Amino acid sequence: MMVLSGDPPRSRVLSIVLIVIIAALAVTPLVFPGAKAMNVATKICIFAALVASYDLLLGYTGSVSFAHTMFYGIGSYSVAIALYSMGPGWAAVATGIVIGLPLALLLALAIGLFSLRVEAIFFAMITLAVASAFLVLASQLSWLTGGEDGRSFQLPELLRPGTVLISKGVFGFELNGRVLTYYLIFAGSAAMILALLRVVNSPFGRVLQAIRENRFRAEALGFRTVFHLTYANCIAALVAASAGMLNALWLRYAGPDTSLSFAIMLDILLMVVIGGMGTIYGAIIGAAIFILAQNYLQALMSAASNAAADAGLPLLPGLLHPDRWLLWLGLLFIASVYFFPTGVVGRLRSIGRKPS
Amino acid sequence: MTDLAASGALPKPKRDVLPVLLPVILALAVAPLIGSASSWVTLTVASLAMGMMIFIMASGLTLVFGLMDVLNFGHGAFIAVGAYIATLVLLPLAPYVQADSLLTNLAVLAPAAVLSMAVSGALGLVVERLLILPVYGQHLKQILMTTGGLIVAEQALYALWGPQIIPLPLPTSLRGSFIIGDVVIAKYRLLAMLVGLVVFAGIQLVLNRTKIGLLIRAGVENREMVEALGYRIRRLFLGVFMVGSGLAGLGGVMWALYREQVHASMGNDLTVLVFIVVIIGGLGSIGGCFIGALLVAMVANYGGFLVPKLALVSNILLMVAILMWRPRGLYAVTSR
Repeated sequence: MMVLSGDPPRSRVLSIVLIVIIAALAVTPLVFPGAKAMNVATKICIFAALVASYDLLLGYTGSVSFAHTMFYGIGSYSVAIALYSMGPGWAAVATGIVIGLPLALLLALAIGLFSLRVEAIFFAMITLAVASAFLVLASQLSWLTGGEDGRSFQLPELLRPGTVLISKGVFGFELNGRVLTYYLIFAGSAAMILALLRVVNSPFGRVLQAIRENRFRAEALGFRTVFHLTYANCIAALVAASAGMLNALWLRYAGPDTSLSFAIMLDILLMVVIGGMGTIYGAIIGAAIFILAQNYLQALMSAASNAAADAGLPLLPGLLHPDRWLLWLGLLFIASVYFFPTGVVGRLRSIGRKPS
Repeated sequence: MTDLAASGALPKPKRDVLPVLLPVILALAVAPLIGSASSWVTLTVASLAMGMMIFIMASGLTLVFGLMDVLNFGHGAFIAVGAYIATLVLLPLAPYVQADSLLTNLAVLAPAAVLSMAVSGALGLVVERLLILPVYGQHLKQILMTTGGLIVAEQALYALWGPQIIPLPLPTSLRGSFIIGDVVIAKYRLLAMLVGLVVFAGIQLVLNRTKIGLLIRAGVENREMVEALGYRIRRLFLGVFMVGSGLAGLGGVMWALYREQVHASMGNDLTVLVFIVVIIGGLGSIGGCFIGALLVAMVANYGGFLVPKLALVSNILLMVAILMWRPRGLYAVTSR
């Protein structure tokens, strides 16, 4: 209970699902050591943390930010550029962290103070504008960021796949640098999610919820809402940047497509909405469902597209083409905002509550 | 009546002219930096033309927000749809587009533009009913719903027309430029300016000189009161939404001809630009939107000429500067 900050899942089904997901993530390197499974598991870990931090903004304060990938990208790029220019080593990783986190913090502070004064809608538009400018900057300043190609780099010795710590033997699996990196990411993400749970269940988190429900009243009660919202924005930015750093460490690469693009922003939005806004647990569920679907459903779509093409149906092959994945995602997104505004977690909780 | 005449002593509402002067001041201020008069004129005309096109695209968004407090993140979709619909007319009729006669060219362009406006307006009807009606008054859901709509529209365009860039050549008689002394003025830019001015004048006339305009302005001020007087403001809003979407479609056609290409991502790209313009102008203000569009275009053109590297972030800098001066934009219309 202490670990969960007194905010348990409050639904038996939800608890079981969460335990299954976390257990599966914990044993992935032992049970499915293949590259694809590991990639999927890592992505779920990283996105669970990233989406949880976005949930702090969207679900708990009710402000829509389109700049979340910008902070994610700042994290990715700072580690990538540091490792690229200083060579592989822990000093470079530390430099990346020391530069990246304050940069994300300052930018979040500036955006928050600037745009959270007026209204949620203003914040949404300004973050969209700033994020798109940042994306352009990142792809144009190629001497620093590598432009569209991004930056690939070498990891410190300990984290490389070639480094074998325990060779295949007694337990039948090999502990190498890659597995170590995975557990680093797993632990990092878990720590961030638990920290966010702590934040939202603190008195500060309660104020955020009060602001979301009625900003005017919260202000009338004497809370300085701009301060609270900006603070939340900064925390979310820091977590997003840290998630970006973990992402860069896993991919050994940072580029506009993997860390900054608008598509990732949409993915995050979708995961929050599917999982359930304002629950934090929703982030884990949303990330797991979404990424599994993204990785394994696209194959299904391409099969369906080919089948439709063979059957000579008009239009359907184009609509079912794996590249049109976002089309169905968008429809799903609209449907879930409309029909399941509370997401999976909200649904499960309301089912659990009915008998009592 | 004499009482009324006596009340003429009431103080008139102050006219706020400073924002209107802003583009003029900006144009004059950069003149010495640019140096040559001919490039200054060329750049200024280019900015005016670009500004007018942006204004056409942004006007619908600001009207919709002002009247009904609905921010449409999917506004860019109408722009892209308008451009794609125009290709349906212009590409099959290429011989007429390539004919070297202004009348023939316009005879093809006009129906293309009208069809684009009609289709994006009709799409506006569908979007309003399906996506926006269920979430009135809920900003958060509006943003999410319309963002979803933007994705679906963009992907549907990809699915229907394919991911490639469609070239859309300018009609022959609108190619090239008028050259007066050293000054080069592209013909199409003149047309764009003309259309922009007509749209601006039209919107102003409707808003200020007709009953519908009166109701719209009253609705911006106080929605409940207009409803209490027996007007169906929902229907009025639907009309405004459709007109706004249609204007976005028109803007899309003009922008596509200006760039001479059509791509599904243009809606997404232009959304950001249009948002910046609307924020600068003050949400809900047509006049502010007009000035904002001109300012954004000027900063882009002058900035691109003077400091090319700066052009990447010039819009953001402009927005920051304006919001430092007036946190709610140039003209804050609503009290919301």
